[in-house]
Formats: sequence, structure tokens, C-alpha cells
Amino acid sequence: MEIVKFMLMIGGMVLVTFIPRVLPLALLGKKELPEKVVLWLSFIPAAVLAALLAPSILLKNGNLYLSLGNTALIAFFPTLLVAYKTKNIFYTVSGGLIFYLLISLLF
Amino acid sequence: MQQSEESITKENKLTAKLNDSSLKDGVKDALPIILGYLPIGIAYGMLAVNKGLTPLQATAMSLFVFAGSAQLVSIEMIAAGAAVAAIVVMTFLVNLRHLLLSASLSLHLRNLPFYYYPFLGFLITDESFAVAMSKIESQKNKQRYFLGLGFTAYLGWVFSSAVGAFLTEFIDLGSGGALDFVLPAMFVVLLVMQISSRTEIIVALFSVFASLFFALTINGSWNIILATVLAAFLGVYIDGNS
Repeated sequence: MEIVKFMLMIGGMVLVTFIPRVLPLALLGKKELPEKVVLWLSFIPAAVLAALLAPSILLKNGNLYLSLGNTALIAFFPTLLVAYKTKNIFYTVSGGLIFYLLISLLF
Repeated sequence: MQQSEESITKENKLTAKLNDSSLKDGVKDALPIILGYLPIGIAYGMLAVNKGLTPLQATAMSLFVFAGSAQLVSIEMIAAGAAVAAIVVMTFLVNLRHLLLSASLSLHLRNLPFYYYPFLGFLITDESFAVAMSKIESQKNKQRYFLGLGFTAYLGWVFSSAVGAFLTEFIDLGSGGALDFVLPAMFVVLLVMQISSRTEIIVALFSVFASLFFALTINGSWNIILATVLAAFLGVYIDGNS
């Protein structure tokens, strides 16, 4: 990636990552966020993760990809089960990779 | 005489600090986090180099940004040719959850000298937060515990990304294949860990359909941003009416 574009991207990413991490910690106690804002924020993690997950397993080259040939889609189901049972990132990611490999060998 | 007394108290303070087990406990509690980071960091480093960053750039991103899922998302977006602005907005949304983590942690890290907060805040991740929430209560020096925990995990993340990135220079695994499933698998488990109410399930399902809909109708990566914002409003609406 060209260096100027990279620096711009990193600079922007640092800024938008650093501020939400530090601000509440540094300002707390003095001012509480409005209740509605806190409620809205509480839905962001689930919403953004679902929004990221769906295209990563259901789209290919900008089109819906519903088929047994879609390895990621098939691997999603056993991976979800591991995630639900263990709630552990390491087990889920390793399990997911193994499922993905096995399924790509089978289909 | 007075001077030597002063230096003795200073020395005492220093030994007291060194004997304080909070920092050590933090470092120790970070080890399981590092084990979890190793495969993900290595996968991130490999993907980043496969999709067009230099190994140094991939490592620099881990060093400065230190946010695994946002970094992986940005790599996907770089590969898809997304604009810098879209990547930054997406990073913001993916990391907005840190606002909540930071706000909860603040209950345990009150009334510290101001210069502590940039360091403590930078070290907040899903993992350091989860460990701290279950262990920080019993610590004498909570800020030193969190510094030990967070900084050790941070080193683990930077190290494993660098390993993945620089290894790819020597062993070309090619792009595609199982590595492409690292990110979806991580989304799955993070999502499952986030969901604790019926409203959150509805929000997640709505977000799935909205994200697909916008992806099929609007160019660029704005589908995720639009779906996220709308789905969160739906959540507020549902909870406000029940």
C-alpha cells in the first residue's frame, strides 16, 4: 500500500480507536452519558458484528452465494455451535478453521 | 542527614512498588490472552501481507491501532479497494464498543492522576476487559494490575502479528483458503459473546438483513455502517416500548 495513503489510514484509525477507549475512563464520575445514548451504544456491538458477519459468509463478488459450494456458509453452522458452547475466541477460531478445511475437502 | 532520610523513604517507596504483586498478577493473567492472540495475530499478519501491506506496515498497524477485529476488517477493505474515509468510519463503528468497556472499567479506575488514562485506555480490549472484570476487584493496586495485564497482552498481539507478517515473506501461503475464514469465525464468537437479550437477537438479525440489502444495492462498504446504525436505533425503539 502506498505510504501516504497508509499513514492517513493509520492516523485516522488511531484517532477513532483511541478516543472511545480513553474518554469514558478519563471523564467518568464527572458526567454520565444520557440513558438513551447508553442504550443505543449497547446495541452497537451486536449490530456491527452481525452486519460484518453476514456479507462475509453470504456474498461473493457482490452477489448472494447460497450453495453447498459456499464453504464459509457451511462451516458457519458448526462454528456457531462451538462459539455458543465455549464462548471462547481461541476455540472458535481454531474450530472454525478445522471445519472450513474439512468441508472444503468434502464438497 | 535529612537528605539521606529522604533517599531512604524514596528507596522504601521503590521497594514497596516492586513488591506490589498487582503488576505481576496482571502480567500472569495476560498469558491465556496471549495464547488466544497467537493464532489470530499470525493469521492477521499473513492476511495483511497477502492483501497488499508490507510486513512493516502490518506490524505498525498492530503497534499503533491495537484492535484485532478492526484491523482484520480494514485489511479486507484495503483488498476490496475501499476509500480511506470508509475504512476509518468502519474502524470507528467496530471499536465503538470500547466506549462501553471503558465506561464500565472506569468504576474500578477512579481518581487516578490524569496521565494514567491514555495508557490504561489504550490497553482496553475485549479480552483485557473480560479478564479484568473478573479479577480486578481483589487487587490492591488496580491501575498497576490493569497496566500489567493490558501491556503484556499488547506485546503478545504485536509479536504474533509480526511473526505472521514476516513469516509470509519466506513462506508464501497464497491468499484464499482457510485463512479467509479466520475473520468470520471471530465475528461469530464475538457476536455470541455480545448477545444476552431477546432484543439483541432481533437487532442482530435485522442487521444481517439490512447489511445484505445495502450490500446488494449500494456500492462501497457503507452497508455495514448503515445497517449498524439502523439496527441500534431499532434496539432502542424496541426496549423503549416494552
